Amino acid sequence: MAALHQLTIRQAADGLRGKEFTSLDLTEACLERIREVDGQVHAVLELLEASAREAAKASDARRASGAAIGPLDGIPLMVKDNMQMRGSHTTAGSKILSDYESPFDATAVAKLKAAGAVILGKANLDEFAMGSSTETSAFGPTRNPWSLTKIPGGSSGGSAAALAAGMCLGALGSDTGGSIRQPAAMCGVTGFKPTYGRVSRYGLLSMASSLDQIGPFARTAEDAGMILEAIEGEDPLDSTSASRERYAAAKLPAEGLKGLRVGMPKEFFADGMDEGVRERVLEAAKKLEELGAELVEVSLPSANHGLAVYYVLMPCEVSANLSRYDGMRFGLSVPSPSLKETYFETRGQGFGREVRRRIMLGAHALSAGYYEAYYLQAQKVRAKMKSEFDALMLEVDLLLSPTSPSVAWDLGEKFDDPIAMYLTDIYTVTVNVVGAPAVSVPCGFVRDLPVGLQLIGRQFDDALVLEAAKRYQDATDWHGKRPML
Amino acid sequence: MSLSREEILKISELAHIKIADDEIEKFRDQMSSVLEYVGQLSSVDVKGIEPAAHISGVSNVLRADKVMPTDGATREALLAEAPEREGDLIKVKAVFK
Repeated sequence: MAALHQLTIRQAADGLRGKEFTSLDLTEACLERIREVDGQVHAVLELLEASAREAAKASDARRASGAAIGPLDGIPLMVKDNMQMRGSHTTAGSKILSDYESPFDATAVAKLKAAGAVILGKANLDEFAMGSSTETSAFGPTRNPWSLTKIPGGSSGGSAAALAAGMCLGALGSDTGGSIRQPAAMCGVTGFKPTYGRVSRYGLLSMASSLDQIGPFARTAEDAGMILEAIEGEDPLDSTSASRERYAAAKLPAEGLKGLRVGMPKEFFADGMDEGVRERVLEAAKKLEELGAELVEVSLPSANHGLAVYYVLMPCEVSANLSRYDGMRFGLSVPSPSLKETYFETRGQGFGREVRRRIMLGAHALSAGYYEAYYLQAQKVRAKMKSEFDALMLEVDLLLSPTSPSVAWDLGEKFDDPIAMYLTDIYTVTVNVVGAPAVSVPCGFVRDLPVGLQLIGRQFDDALVLEAAKRYQDATDWHGKRPML
Repeated sequence: MSLSREEILKISELAHIKIADDEIEKFRDQMSSVLEYVGQLSSVDVKGIEPAAHISGVSNVLRADKVMPTDGATREALLAEAPEREGDLIKVKAVFK
């Protein structure tokens, strides 16, 4: 058997049930691994050793008395540090919240705790989840466990790297334009963005409210489904959470992927992609075909504008959401002679450059004289994309694409070039704009760095996406590779 | 579209964010390049299309307008985050002279 910290959630849950080991054993193995490797990776912003041990012991006691809650009971997980969790700091990777202590639990975190999960700590991220490399964190970058000179992707780079390095068995991330799927691809793990509305956003520090969604990182699609089952559901505290059928592992009618129509949008295979990435993704497509899926070349013309729509709507929503950081009720406050100077100094010193740039872009796009040309126009293109997407999904069951056009790049390489950085999300943002579910699964390597395959589904058809990913993983071993660290 | 130095200062004013003098040029370059990139949207034909503020399909979610009690510990934890307080009040700078 693999080392305890390298188990899948399914394996660990089976082992716990069979009394092969305890939750405290699992938790200690992860804590030991964190001590051993996080000095190099820097995935963890806050280690919650004491409360994790307590939760593990409580889980073991429940199990001993025959009252174990479910498959996540006793499983050690990591949470991205933009989610509130009582008993922890929640910094969002920002200086403006460096001393902020969570007064309450995010709904997703509360549900993990209620399912018996052990929360090991809070994972590093780009400041307020704004970035694609985890380099904008005010507390220093995370490094890719596959190559410590490379970025881990972002913004949930800490969650992805922690899992890839064996520090936990799964993690929560958040995805506004690809922030779960892109780092999952870069770090060689499975990352799932649920349908917008499936998971409550209550207690997630808002970035762009019409796009943000919490989701799981895991070693397999099956594990991701197990975390999703625990955290999903309608929440009176988030009016955009959906009252839909609960997630249940999908029943595909046949063996393999027989009867499944998988569309390959030509817009997602255009120039500008690493040729190695293209090869790996086409090999994965071939594998799906071997499993019985029918591959269809399709077109989603407005996807060419997905990134542009995103880079108007997102900064506009950011500029509104981050107005709450004003130095009055919580967070950093820089004492200044007047109210206005307090705002200026607090926000000027508390926010890093990428965050300030996005707030200012939003403020500009929403200002008098520009609103119609930017925000209103982007909302119309969004509506057009959504209806194009819905029509296309009547023809096919899933869409297939690379998760990102490249593998992990060198730390610092794109740091000062926002457009180059933003382009790494070109295949993921469209999914957020239309609110669909999508997964990234490992599908091979280029120059010894992991490549991610993205599968996109219909709104609320999360189960089909994860089941197709599971059947791909049943037939391949890319998700079983671990970095030498 | 390229932003001028004056426009950057005006936006910083609108956003209530201080930009250091030596950052202005960098912000000007980077924000201009983003605006130039998103400028492609003006060429998309959206005749007759209603703008979508969100795609969740839900509308007008209502709840009862009632006070939800909070326990004492949570209340104190919330107040403890305030940079300045007086008793159970959060102290802020005067808005009007």
